[in-house]
Amino acid sequence: MAYKIKSAECTVCGACEAECPNIAISLKKGTYVIDPAKCTECQGHFDSPQCAAVCPADCCVPA
Amino acid sequence: MGNVVSLDSIFGLGQLAPPAVMPAAPETASGCSSSSCGSSDGPADMDPAVWEKVKNHPCYSEEAHHYFARMHVAVAPACNIQCNYCNRKYDCSNESRPGVVSEKLTPDQAIKKILAVAQEIPQLSVIGIAGPGDSLAAAGKNTFATFEMLQKKAPDLKLCLSTNGLALPDHVDTIAQYNIDHVTITINMVDPEVGAQIYPWIFYKHKRWTGLDAAKILHEQQMLGLEMLTSRGILVKVNSVMIPGVNDEHLLEVNKAVKSRGAFLHNIMPLISDPAHGTYFGLNGQRGPTAQELKVVQDACEGGAKLMRHCRQCRADAVGLLGEDRGEEFTADKIEAMGFVEYDDEARRTYREHVESERAGRNASKAAAQADVRESIGFTVDPILIAVATKGGERINEHFGHAKEFQIYEVGPNGAKFVGHRRVDQYCEGGSGDVDTLDGVLAAINDCTAVFVAKIGGCPSKSLADAGIEPVDRFAFDYIEESALAYFKDYAERLGQGVVQSRAGQDAVIRTGALTARRA
Ligand code: SF4
Ligand code: SF4
Ligand code: SF4
Repeated sequence: MAYKIKSAECTVCGACEAECPNIAISLKKGTYVIDPAKCTECQGHFDSPQCAAVCPADCCVPA
Repeated sequence: MGNVVSLDSIFGLGQLAPPAVMPAAPETASGCSSSSCGSSDGPADMDPAVWEKVKNHPCYSEEAHHYFARMHVAVAPACNIQCNYCNRKYDCSNESRPGVVSEKLTPDQAIKKILAVAQEIPQLSVIGIAGPGDSLAAAGKNTFATFEMLQKKAPDLKLCLSTNGLALPDHVDTIAQYNIDHVTITINMVDPEVGAQIYPWIFYKHKRWTGLDAAKILHEQQMLGLEMLTSRGILVKVNSVMIPGVNDEHLLEVNKAVKSRGAFLHNIMPLISDPAHGTYFGLNGQRGPTAQELKVVQDACEGGAKLMRHCRQCRADAVGLLGEDRGEEFTADKIEAMGFVEYDDEARRTYREHVESERAGRNASKAAAQADVRESIGFTVDPILIAVATKGGERINEHFGHAKEFQIYEVGPNGAKFVGHRRVDQYCEGGSGDVDTLDGVLAAINDCTAVFVAKIGGCPSKSLADAGIEPVDRFAFDYIEESALAYFKDYAERLGQGVVQSRAGQDAVIRTGALTARRA
């Protein structure tokens, strides 16, 4: 149960990083990545995965 | 490095010559009707406290635009809404032109860049954060980190920021705390029905909202944020993007709404739409306005919140004066290579003193020129548009072939006023003129009666005359407004004799390409 970022479409804006309640998202070698071990799909925090809701490129998707 | 203030960099040669001899104002001239009368302390219709804040701010005062430079640092890449005229691969199109990409900086890199630029360009007076996303998205972390450091290192620079307004109410206290005295909000509608056609979604309170709900929340947040800022005495400029068929007439409502909430300036900018930008509007064939369509809406709003027409939709990393962009000289690589940057504000202080003395007395000479026009021709002749090639300093001091933009002045019995600018490709690049470029220039200033230049070659001069636009170099290095009035008087006389034709009804093309103007 985790989300991932389709890096080819990511604009590297960092909006997702700021919203993640689990600090699962970080910048690695110029692109943002989700650490599947930390991602809970936002369950227990919010109704919907925050990264997907904020992403302007709609590139945060279920892994 | 030695930092002598190089005034040549903005004034042409001969800039110290006095302006063309102006007749003294006749005693009978009854008061003044233009907004720029009164003393050199500032326009008569402006609160002195406000004038003090804006007089050196190029984005807020048309006049300051001729003397002072602004700089944007691109530290805020995230955004919290989607606009139909924006493709997030590029910079925020609320402030910037669509389709441009700024170099993203960390707050530390931004500070270094600002200090380096401040040493190099004494005209620098304002640092802004306008993206490349929304400066207050992602809790505004980078934006405020940058301002906090800057306030300590260079307290003489003014700070401003731009936002779509969604997160604004949450940050008004922080904005006040960092002494940010100017904020720009992009407001395209005050009716959610209109908004729903512009904004497909917003991200608010941990949720993505769409349709009318999204537009309604955005609208309420924008109005609340605007009221909170103005009640704290922070100057607010409102930007609106004019989208023909969507919000063109609606902008009058926007103008009233923002004026009643205390907005200081309203800037109506054209939608710039091109399929190549990959935006929703671009791909769906939504067009931008023509120059005259834009002017009609701007004129209709004139009685409301004071209108600003000189915005150039600069890049989120723009550096420079007027339309110039020296961003390329200060890329992150070059800044890194500079090592430690020293900071002292001596050069900027000297420069500001020079400008104070240059500006003093201008208002009187403008009023005198206007009175002369009125006395000799009254109100019988309609105002005309004049395109001006200038490098700043309020003078006609640029060669036709070197101009990357023309400033448009409307001149008539009510005086000369700046009404906009038109970006063009430089006609003369490396010495030889290019016919296609000349056609582009003609299209951009087609609604003008004359073009004022410091110098012009025989060939473009003939093409202009053939197109019915008079090339004028006899006012070279003089002040723009006084020269425009002198020209208008002469034009009115020639019109009376039937020697010249009116160009009423002509339109011009707003250039759609990204701003790529670089210093030659
Ligand atoms: S789904 Fe939620 S927890 Fe997972 S990465 Fe996205 S924001 Fe973080
Ligand atoms: S919000 Fe989307 S586009 Fe922005 S960094 Fe995250 S994944 Fe990339
Ligand atoms: S606010 Fe600016 S960055 Fe955000 S979607 Fe609109 S134009 Fe793009």
